[in-house]
Amino acid sequence: MIGSVIGVLFDGVAYGSLLFIIAVGLSVTLGLMNFVNLAHGTFAMIGGYVCVLLMTRAGVPFLATLPIAFAAAALVGLVLEVTLYRRLYKASPLDQVLFSIGIVFMSIAVATYWFGASQQPVALPPYLRGQVHLPGLDLGVYRIFLIAVVAALTLALQYLLERTRFGSQVRASVDNATAAAGLGINVNRVFALTFALGSGLAGLGGALGIDVLGLDPTFPLKYIVYFLLVVSVGGSGTMKGPLIAALILGVFDVAGKYYLPQIGGFVIYALMVILLIVFPAGLYGRRA
Amino acid sequence: MKQVQSLLAALLGALALAATPCAHAQNTIKVGVIAAFSGPFADYGGQIEAGMKAYMKEHGDTVAGKKIELITRDTKGPAPEVAKRLAQELITRDKVQFLAGFGLTPNAMAVAPVVTEAKVPMVISNAATSSITTKSPYITRVSMTIPQIAEPLAQWALKNGIKRVYTVVADYGPGIDAETQFTKTFKAGGGQIVGSVRTPLQNPDFSAAVQRVKDAKPQAVFVFLPAGEQGVAFVKGFNERGLGDAGIKMIATGDITDDHVLAAMGDPTLGMITAFHYSSAHDSPENAAFLKAYAAANDAKAGAPNFMAAAGYDTMHVIYEVSKKLNGNIDGDQAMAAIKGMKWMSPRGPVEIDPATRDIDQTVYIRKVEKVNGKLANVEFDKIPNVKDPGK
Amino acid sequence: MATRPASVSIPRAPAVASTLPDDRWKPLEIAFWLLPVLAFFVFPNYRVLGSQILITGLFAVSLDLILGYAGIVSLGHAAFFGAGAYAAGLLAVHGWHEPITGLAVAAIVAAAVGYLASFLVVRGGDLTRLMVTLGIGLMLWEVANKAAFITGGVDGLSGVTIDPIFGVWRFDIGGRTAYVYALAVVFIVFVVLRRIVHSPFGLSLRGIREGGKRMPAIGAPVARRLRTIFTIAAAVAGIAGALIAQTTQFVGIDTLGFPRSAELLIMLVLGGAGRLYGGLVGAALFMIAQDYLSGIDPVYWQFWIGFFLVVIVLFAHGGILGGLDTLRTRLQRKR
Repeated sequence: MIGSVIGVLFDGVAYGSLLFIIAVGLSVTLGLMNFVNLAHGTFAMIGGYVCVLLMTRAGVPFLATLPIAFAAAALVGLVLEVTLYRRLYKASPLDQVLFSIGIVFMSIAVATYWFGASQQPVALPPYLRGQVHLPGLDLGVYRIFLIAVVAALTLALQYLLERTRFGSQVRASVDNATAAAGLGINVNRVFALTFALGSGLAGLGGALGIDVLGLDPTFPLKYIVYFLLVVSVGGSGTMKGPLIAALILGVFDVAGKYYLPQIGGFVIYALMVILLIVFPAGLYGRRA
Repeated sequence: MKQVQSLLAALLGALALAATPCAHAQNTIKVGVIAAFSGPFADYGGQIEAGMKAYMKEHGDTVAGKKIELITRDTKGPAPEVAKRLAQELITRDKVQFLAGFGLTPNAMAVAPVVTEAKVPMVISNAATSSITTKSPYITRVSMTIPQIAEPLAQWALKNGIKRVYTVVADYGPGIDAETQFTKTFKAGGGQIVGSVRTPLQNPDFSAAVQRVKDAKPQAVFVFLPAGEQGVAFVKGFNERGLGDAGIKMIATGDITDDHVLAAMGDPTLGMITAFHYSSAHDSPENAAFLKAYAAANDAKAGAPNFMAAAGYDTMHVIYEVSKKLNGNIDGDQAMAAIKGMKWMSPRGPVEIDPATRDIDQTVYIRKVEKVNGKLANVEFDKIPNVKDPGK
Repeated sequence: MATRPASVSIPRAPAVASTLPDDRWKPLEIAFWLLPVLAFFVFPNYRVLGSQILITGLFAVSLDLILGYAGIVSLGHAAFFGAGAYAAGLLAVHGWHEPITGLAVAAIVAAAVGYLASFLVVRGGDLTRLMVTLGIGLMLWEVANKAAFITGGVDGLSGVTIDPIFGVWRFDIGGRTAYVYALAVVFIVFVVLRRIVHSPFGLSLRGIREGGKRMPAIGAPVARRLRTIFTIAAAVAGIAGALIAQTTQFVGIDTLGFPRSAELLIMLVLGGAGRLYGGLVGAALFMIAQDYLSGIDPVYWQFWIGFFLVVIVLFAHGGILGGLDTLRTRLQRKR
């Protein structure tokens, strides 16, 4: 039975890490620009479709598509930020919600038009398939890969935020954009680059997640709840909060479905509501 | 610009329609087709209509001297109040003589009282809950019901030495129906259900369910999931955790390996055993004619034909036969009397409309996913004839 | 408590009306309410659509109460619509077929659910409230699905037979009774809401929306006011849900679903929030357009809705009614 507990933990951590990598961009966007971006899933979807296109049309190997997915989503994010999102930073949350819903609808329509409404299959390379057989425990190879990638990315992000100049500019702008501007930091550029980074990470997560989450044009709407869940429970503006939140939610979701399948779907929503009542600003929220 | 023009045109048209009564109804038999043609269930309406068009292409669009006209209306998905409104409008405004389509159960259920009051024959082309035909004496069905497929599958499993089964179904009406019927038949035949799990409907990840199956070590796992991504996700999980290697068979109802999406599901489905009433690989002259007509009547965008297209084809057959028998003058009660007991050779095999329940009796086939001419297909290797809907 | 961004920001002009209210009926309002009466006679073949537009309009107005007046962004308002629908539906299925009392029961049930939910909703900032309302909506959907032996689950609740209204007017296939019934109920409820919104209570709500932190300084109990309006909005949504259950004699689980909440938000914004009539206008426009344009490629429909949303937010602030208002002020200034 220990085997099953570890198995559930492992699956939960894998699921949670995937949620984290997609949602971390949203957390920073929300914390930095205070912008409720329901269209965040769109960037993940872009990454997913880029990966599928490259693999099926151009025969690019799976691993090679990942950085391209990142770049493509980051580029789209950058363009959208500079042209559209920037105008709405001072708008009301309702306006932001509606604007992002509008972007989501348009992206779903475009994806349906170009790719059709059905699921996109992705053929993982053979070395990422199957299971690793340890005594008393079988672990999925792809899930190990996911956890490894996300762990590496998290460390890289941590380094970026805490040890580089850009990172300190981001942190300063999150804390107080006016003061940061007063110190000569080009806040607009910081916002743009951060948005691009967050979108790129979402795109990467989307490509990584095709095997676990599937890919079809309704992806942004289907999973936005999970991403918002991670960010609102974890608290926006930080990395640590969403990471912990994603892991908790992932583990509880898988555990709930394994041990108490009768209420499986309920667990994640109930947990979210409970956590939000107890921590209205999220677990590690920056705002009281 | 196009939108504005069409909006203006539609407004003018509506005003005109509102002002003048319809004058040319005498020479056409109108069939109102209510289904989802957009949104996540767009394939349902698309396939049903494609099958209908195939029949009309093959047999011409005139019956008993009258032209058959299809009027399609989009419910966009499960939207019972919209479906009911569309039915009311089709009957009072467009004066249709038949209603057909209905890819989803709640839409069919909501329309039932309307056809009872208006005495309009309603042919169900897909919705699969048993109780639908009991909601009105003017409803008949040409597709299938879930218990009708689950029961023979359970019988086949017992006959082939599978005595321990774990069931995994999606936690909603159709899934629970499938589980209930399969369990009932399986246990009655001496089988043992070693465990069961119902997965949430919005479920992206099956690792927990598949793990539970693996732990219980059954001989087979019976699966019912909504067609599309859930089926794909489960099959992936099944393969990833090596359940096949552990000797566990996967048996399911055929909508999981729907012919329309089978190609996209890919090689992981090879070897899957399913029970269903129609496979596009069915070897018969009627099916060959259907496939030919389907290709002729629809362009490539319609995709590969599946059981819903075959049901659409059979829907038109019923409508044509009734129209012929009544010489084009469609009276609700006479139409239903003509429909009861109707027998014919459908592209799927022999079928009959049960005179007592107005539901369909048909042969259920056991198939395996194999590669035929390089393409994936559901190849039939066993069958159970004359299956009535056990849900009644 | 409402949060404010750390950076200094000059808030944009709110997308809602900011004139002081008085309770006199303006001629434009009277003209507005004559339209559905006229439509009944001019478009006799569209009465079913008309009744559903009126019901959805009432539902949108209930969202306006919490969105336009109290400033709570909710993505789960369909929870109360569905609660009212199931209450009325179950009542009829289990033997009580009288429609008007059915409405009352539905309102009470929905209000109770709303009251309980309101305690969760008044805490936290905008994102938290968004997530909580979303979560409540999703959870209620799961409950309705699980309790399929009561609600009929995904297959829906059929057999909702409703007696003729006052024993005289049967619900006919042409939708005549449904239309008049819906119009009467919507009008009466609307008049009540109008009174509430123009009262000091209504004014205090606007105060909360614009500057929630300052309201306690003038003695207004913010949380209690928010809970009250949330409960009222839930009750009205429940009445709309009951109307749909009674006029269609069926309750689908989609009455509780997220797509319904999201579409409602779009309709309200299209019409213009904070003006009480915006919900009715938005619902009418949206549903009529959808009915006419649904023949055209549905992918286009979704794209253009998204596009219009973006355009409205960026340029046509305040929806249709807001635009009309700006037009009117510009014309008045020219004189």
